[in-house]
Amino acid sequence: MKNRKVGIVSVGLTKFMRRAKETPKELAYYAAKTALDEAGITRRDVDAAIIGSAPDAFDGVHQKHEYLTDGAGGVNLPTMRGYVGGGTGVFSPIQGWYSIASGMHDVVLVTTEEKMSSVLPSAQAAFNTIFDNMIERPLGPNLVWIFALEMRRYMETYGIPKEHIAAVSVKNKGNALDHPSAMLGQKLTIEDVLNSEVLAEPVHLLDISPVADGAVSFVMMSEEKIKEFGISLDDVAWVEGVGWNVDTTMWTNRDLSYPKYVEKAAKQAYTMAGQKDHSPETLRKWLSFAEPYDPFNYKELHHLEGLQLFEKGKAPLAAYEGVTARDGDFPVTPSGGLLGVGNPIAAAAGMKVAEVYLQLTGKAEKRQIPKDVTRGLAQAWGDLMQVGTVIILKGGRVE
Amino acid sequence: MKVRGTKLSHDEFMNKVISVDHHPEIEYAWATGIAISKFLEGLKQGKIYGAKCNDCNRVVCPPRIFCEECFSPMVEYVELPDTGVVNTFSLAYIRTDASRREKPEIPAVIDIDGTTLTPSGFLHLLDENISHDEIKVGMKVKAVWKPENERTGSITDIMYFTKMEE
Ligand SMILES: [Zn+2]
Repeated sequence: MKNRKVGIVSVGLTKFMRRAKETPKELAYYAAKTALDEAGITRRDVDAAIIGSAPDAFDGVHQKHEYLTDGAGGVNLPTMRGYVGGGTGVFSPIQGWYSIASGMHDVVLVTTEEKMSSVLPSAQAAFNTIFDNMIERPLGPNLVWIFALEMRRYMETYGIPKEHIAAVSVKNKGNALDHPSAMLGQKLTIEDVLNSEVLAEPVHLLDISPVADGAVSFVMMSEEKIKEFGISLDDVAWVEGVGWNVDTTMWTNRDLSYPKYVEKAAKQAYTMAGQKDHSPETLRKWLSFAEPYDPFNYKELHHLEGLQLFEKGKAPLAAYEGVTARDGDFPVTPSGGLLGVGNPIAAAAGMKVAEVYLQLTGKAEKRQIPKDVTRGLAQAWGDLMQVGTVIILKGGRVE
Repeated sequence: MKVRGTKLSHDEFMNKVISVDHHPEIEYAWATGIAISKFLEGLKQGKIYGAKCNDCNRVVCPPRIFCEECFSPMVEYVELPDTGVVNTFSLAYIRTDASRREKPEIPAVIDIDGTTLTPSGFLHLLDENISHDEIKVGMKVKAVWKPENERTGSITDIMYFTKMEE
């Protein structure tokens, strides 16, 4: 059976904020309503709603999907929540894709939302519940630890200098100056990053993305509905490939220098999109740009390698040399990413998918990549360093 | 496209806007299951247990009752030495509540000797008195145990791992 063709026809974003006055439901409404308005449709046209949101522990509201249903436009519709930790924001549009591709629905409203400011004194307390409850939590770990441990292993394996990794913070926080939702756009130097406070060596303060509140929504449609509504193909980005993969939670039994699960997710998506050659040179020509997950600066590089866009250990130098700048040979994270726009978990990856849409439809305003872009990829990552989710979009008029 | 949202400062959030507080008091106690119970009982006796899969032949640590790859039962526990190699480490100054430590604690992943195919192990701490310059990925380490009468069957029965003399 052949999958039906599915397009994203609009996106809606809120501001990303350290603390929002709005409730999660209100944030979801802002994003969902904006996406519907941008598509020129109403909630009456929607067949199904999908909600993406990370741990309930951030909100202190159990079964958050039920709570969020009203704001996500899902009342009295087939509504569901998918949840793969930080990977959720890309997984939600994947769910939208298969709901439509399968023939089940024609118009799906997808909302990713996170409000992390309600948990006190910081989101760390909630994050700690992701660690193994029997042999890790008694050691008193915190989330920065595992990133520091993975980052060290990555740097040691390939002999990567910290300067090359710091270049990602400079680039992304700089790109975020042009994003209307951004909370942490900053003009920085590599020295600023290297000299920022040490949290857990090798992780410094400016290596990390800020926790945030925010929401992002999409309207997704079947090709038939796009025609029926008379939506211009200039406003459409087609879903060409999707992939996701989950590794074991036993992260201390794994090769921390390389995200194998991201490779598997990416290859699934490339193959689905008809791209059989997975060599970095071919893929960087085939894709115009990428939005990999960057909760920490080294993660963008780790993911670029998992995505097969650079050879193992080679992404850091490319970042340092400007290859991945917005006007570089292969732009990466033109949005400003989690490092610059902010990291409201599920909504952060939602923002990355939104950026791919906005770039492909020429609506990225000051962030628009200064060359023709035909095809882009967004990727997210999460749980206990074990999930990869990938979506590939192409322009509405690209064959 | 208009992006909406009402930003609150920390002061506005804590002192000015109406908020509702809730401090849930929930307690959990977990039965540690078949394999981790064996592992923790081992620690109480000063031993580190792994498990062997008879399909793929690997010895893994911590032990489990099934191989997640082959999905066949791991019927054999293997007593491993209390030595290993630093897979990776950090000098951690930040605590969970975001407050800072003067002297860092040193979390590390220790690959336990005797695990096979790919080395495996667990999260633990390194001796805080090792000079920071000496700590390296690949460093050989040995468990430092609590006195036997203070062990409870916990990961903290090992106080930390320290550098082995060459
Ligand atoms: Zn096996």
